[in-house]
Amino acid sequence: MRYLPLTADDRAAMLGVIGAASVDELFADVPGPARLDGPLDLPPHQGEWEVEKAFRALAGRNLSPSEVPSFLGAGAYRHHIPASVDHLIQRSEFLTSYTPYQPEIAQGTLQHLFEFQSQVALLTGMEVANASMYDGATSCAEAVLMAKRQTRRSRAILSGGLHPHYRDCTRTMAGFVDHGVEALPLDLDGSEDLAAHLGKDVACVVVQYPDVLGRVSDLTALAEAVHAAGALLIVAVTEIVALGALQPPGAMGADIVVAEGQSLGVPLSFGGPYVGLFATREKFLRQMPGRLCGETVDADGRRGYVLTLSAREQHIRREKATSNICTNAGLCALAFSIHLSLLGEAGYVRLAQINHGKAVQAAERLAAIPGVTLVNQGFFNEFTLKLPKDAAAVVEALAGKRILAGVPGARLWPENPAAANLLLVAVTELNDDGDVDALVAALAAEVK
Amino acid sequence: MTRIAFTKDHEWISVEGDVGTIGITDYAQSQLGDIVFVDLPETGKTVAAGDEAAVVESVKAASEIYAPVSGEIVAVNDAVSANPVLVNEQPEGDGWFVRIKLSNPAELDGLMDAAAYKAFVEGLS
Amino acid sequence: MLNRQGRATQPAVAPSTDPAADATFARAAGTILGHRGLDHEERLIFELGEDGRTGVDLPEPPKVESRLGGLARQGGIGLPGLAEPQVVRHFVRLSRRNYAIDLGLYPLGSCTMKHNPRLNEKVARLSGLGDIHPLQPQSTVQGALELIERLAGWIMTLTGMPAVAMSPAAGAHGELCGLMAIHAAHVAKGDARKRVLVPESAHGTNPATAALCGYVVDPVPATADGRIDLEAFRAKLGPDVAAVMLTNPNTCGLFERDVIAVAEGIHSVGGYFYCDGANFNAIVGRVRPGDLGIDAMHLNLHKTFSTPHGGGGPGSGPVVFSDALKDFAPLPFVRREGDAFRLVEDLREAPKSFGRMKGYHGQMGMFIRALAYMMSHGGDGLRQVAEDAVLAANYVMASLKDVMTPSFDGPCMHEALFDDRFLKDTGVTTLDFAKAMIDQGFHPMTMYFPLVVHGALLIEPTETESKDSIDRFVLVLRGLAEQAIACRDGGGDPAAFTEAPRLAPRRRLDETRAARTPVLRWKAPV
Repeated sequence: MRYLPLTADDRAAMLGVIGAASVDELFADVPGPARLDGPLDLPPHQGEWEVEKAFRALAGRNLSPSEVPSFLGAGAYRHHIPASVDHLIQRSEFLTSYTPYQPEIAQGTLQHLFEFQSQVALLTGMEVANASMYDGATSCAEAVLMAKRQTRRSRAILSGGLHPHYRDCTRTMAGFVDHGVEALPLDLDGSEDLAAHLGKDVACVVVQYPDVLGRVSDLTALAEAVHAAGALLIVAVTEIVALGALQPPGAMGADIVVAEGQSLGVPLSFGGPYVGLFATREKFLRQMPGRLCGETVDADGRRGYVLTLSAREQHIRREKATSNICTNAGLCALAFSIHLSLLGEAGYVRLAQINHGKAVQAAERLAAIPGVTLVNQGFFNEFTLKLPKDAAAVVEALAGKRILAGVPGARLWPENPAAANLLLVAVTELNDDGDVDALVAALAAEVK
Repeated sequence: MTRIAFTKDHEWISVEGDVGTIGITDYAQSQLGDIVFVDLPETGKTVAAGDEAAVVESVKAASEIYAPVSGEIVAVNDAVSANPVLVNEQPEGDGWFVRIKLSNPAELDGLMDAAAYKAFVEGLS
Repeated sequence: MLNRQGRATQPAVAPSTDPAADATFARAAGTILGHRGLDHEERLIFELGEDGRTGVDLPEPPKVESRLGGLARQGGIGLPGLAEPQVVRHFVRLSRRNYAIDLGLYPLGSCTMKHNPRLNEKVARLSGLGDIHPLQPQSTVQGALELIERLAGWIMTLTGMPAVAMSPAAGAHGELCGLMAIHAAHVAKGDARKRVLVPESAHGTNPATAALCGYVVDPVPATADGRIDLEAFRAKLGPDVAAVMLTNPNTCGLFERDVIAVAEGIHSVGGYFYCDGANFNAIVGRVRPGDLGIDAMHLNLHKTFSTPHGGGGPGSGPVVFSDALKDFAPLPFVRREGDAFRLVEDLREAPKSFGRMKGYHGQMGMFIRALAYMMSHGGDGLRQVAEDAVLAANYVMASLKDVMTPSFDGPCMHEALFDDRFLKDTGVTTLDFAKAMIDQGFHPMTMYFPLVVHGALLIEPTETESKDSIDRFVLVLRGLAEQAIACRDGGGDPAAFTEAPRLAPRRRLDETRAARTPVLRWKAPV
């Protein structure tokens, strides 16, 4: 078998040194009834081309957004990934290396994590960032847990504009012990008043920017109200390219910024693996979860990098840890960093401008379809249309015509009838005029 | 009359009147390695003997500091928060953590004196 | 109280110089820029870039009226700009300062650093798999849903369990999943419990996870032969015990002989058995944890099932469940309905579920790789994996037990545990020994874990090492052990250990300084 180098002779020689007659002796501690006599009822081993054939068959039954007009967003975005990114992350020393616990032979990983932390802090306008978490949704949950620890208060208020997956993860993970997570309903007319929910037991308020429907609003006044009440403002960003065009949350008074970094460097991959970004103020550093990489010197006085402030983490603090998290998003954080390095400031800002420009043009054309209205005043590259009929049925019909029109409201808010006619449409630099033509024509036909 | 007592967790308490100053012993700081952070409680907090009173972090380890006796925390040593090196350099002097107003001085009788602690540490090696 | 394994984290540092200056690098390396042959010093990307440059060609943005609501970014961000050749060179140079499994053996106990097959990378990138969006209409991703269901089927067969939650993103996340299901099960019976029993040898994620769920962690000691103390365990059982968390094989590399008694014990008080499956590589295809009485177990796809470690992630931690717990499993999950596959995302369809743990559906990229690995090995190959893994670890143990000190008698499973008794009076610590391994071309083994022995050295070679590779590794350890022992009572050359590594891209780093004065991001010089 191609991955198993030991031969029968090797095994015999090794058993000889061990002094065992067979490998079965080495499993002697397994209780008799639990010992399996032979292989389980599973297919036998296969060569590469048989395995590849099976996966091509599975892939062939999926409609690929790379091949048809696609306007899907809702927290995961189709962007162009420069060829160098995938090439570089597949270098053996990045792909197959372990967590950098032996820093002398892991400066490659540690330095890229330090660069990553710096990039995340700059994008979000915050003072310090960690070395990544699983994804945006779990980062959001971790932020709420952190706010509760930091303020020693028990309630968290979640805006109705927060992505339902972020809301649900936060409820699950941060509302677990004290049930102190209150999620406001989807707010279609913009009348949500978060400040009205503040109180002496509120640890934090969580808003999304742009929100799940794509709306943008100035968070400065909210930040002031939240701080006046002794709470923390957590801002979630699901489309990190937006910060190339918009004021960063740090400039508006955010205390913690969590984000999904998938838009840079990370393929859509049916939802994972992605990369959670987490940034905060320096004064909250000790309560921040996740890995941290720090600069130091070695015995020869040369600059180098190490994982640091580990005493917050599970392998040392055990039951008193700030989180139980062990891995970070590793290779996905590297991909993010490489992509952003290739873009540079000029490229990142221009990419954001292209996304916004194309979205504005598409929104105008779509809103002109009779029966279709645009919910948003402002948006970055994603906006919400209100259709005259059930959006999920429209999306299904358009999928039959090989157009991926966007995410229908029922997919995110299945229990809310007011959401059923909503369609979330994302437009990126990869959508050309032909894509928009196709969508406009098909949508117009479908809602007539 | 100052009275000094030690715990099996390598804390010392130096009592004058009804106020005890608490820190960790030289043995403890040598075991922990370079101290990088000290997490101190708030003044006014009431603790029972055996409750966690502070946490000391070195690079590779974190250790709880337990209150040797019950009482109210009347002072914390901001100097070690600002400069954790003090704990390594003067663990039994300026590197103290908290001062406690004893609610039950009789609890001191259950702790070791200097000679007993010294013998205890020798027995550990 | 004391997590007693504190140890030196500060090397003796050279007189104060600018750590980022060419002069500092030059002095250390004896060359003008500090490069040494094929090993290049490389600055931060922020120190290389300039305004205005870019490595991506983008068209002019469309001219539109802004819809940003007056929130357009004011001022610059501070990101460096480089052309593609500079970016590529930067990251290639960084990569060359990393050890990797593609480069050499990783003896890391509990990490299962096995070869990462490249076929897995190829199939993960197929169009229709790597590029599909999680919220496409389900009718357009039936192949993806079938893939997840197929992987789930393999996992359930290998573990002998009736259900599996695929969404947890990593092992620790899987532990959380398991404990949350257990918590939900107790609450559903109107009997919220307080305590979770965890062996002292457990990985730190176990008590951290239990505490996150609001439980009080009650540690159970080990016996002299490294297994859970069954009598102590039984003495701690009571109606307020929610669960026991056991790693099997345990973190000492030993199979818990009393595992079935532990299962019976916890079930007798109405609690549940959580098994940490990090060490599944020792028993895959030879033992089904379902036959041992477990209720929940996470697997690490990045350990047993070869998905790459990527310098620290991403991972994937599916959790198998017993019938007693499966209804509480998180959303979403895939359900087969005739010939079609459906992703169940709505709580109304799974009312007992404790909810969602992650955005979208799970680590699909790791599912693809793990399934390709399983299909490549087949049932026969997977069984061989466990046998070869256990054989390799015992071979290492047998080859070194005369010169290093195994912590426990008798055979081990897939990892061999030594402690630092053989280093007594040498002035060489476990840390020094490990750093000396670096100079010899090897990544150190897991050190100072588990905590139940002093100065632990935990070695897991895995089944993808050839005998020749293991023999050469053993040769190096034997040599180092002998050199260390020669330092006993003032002889030998302790500096070869205490000043190690001398040949790596960096000498020992000042971790104390990094923690006392954290510098966590680059800042432009004023």
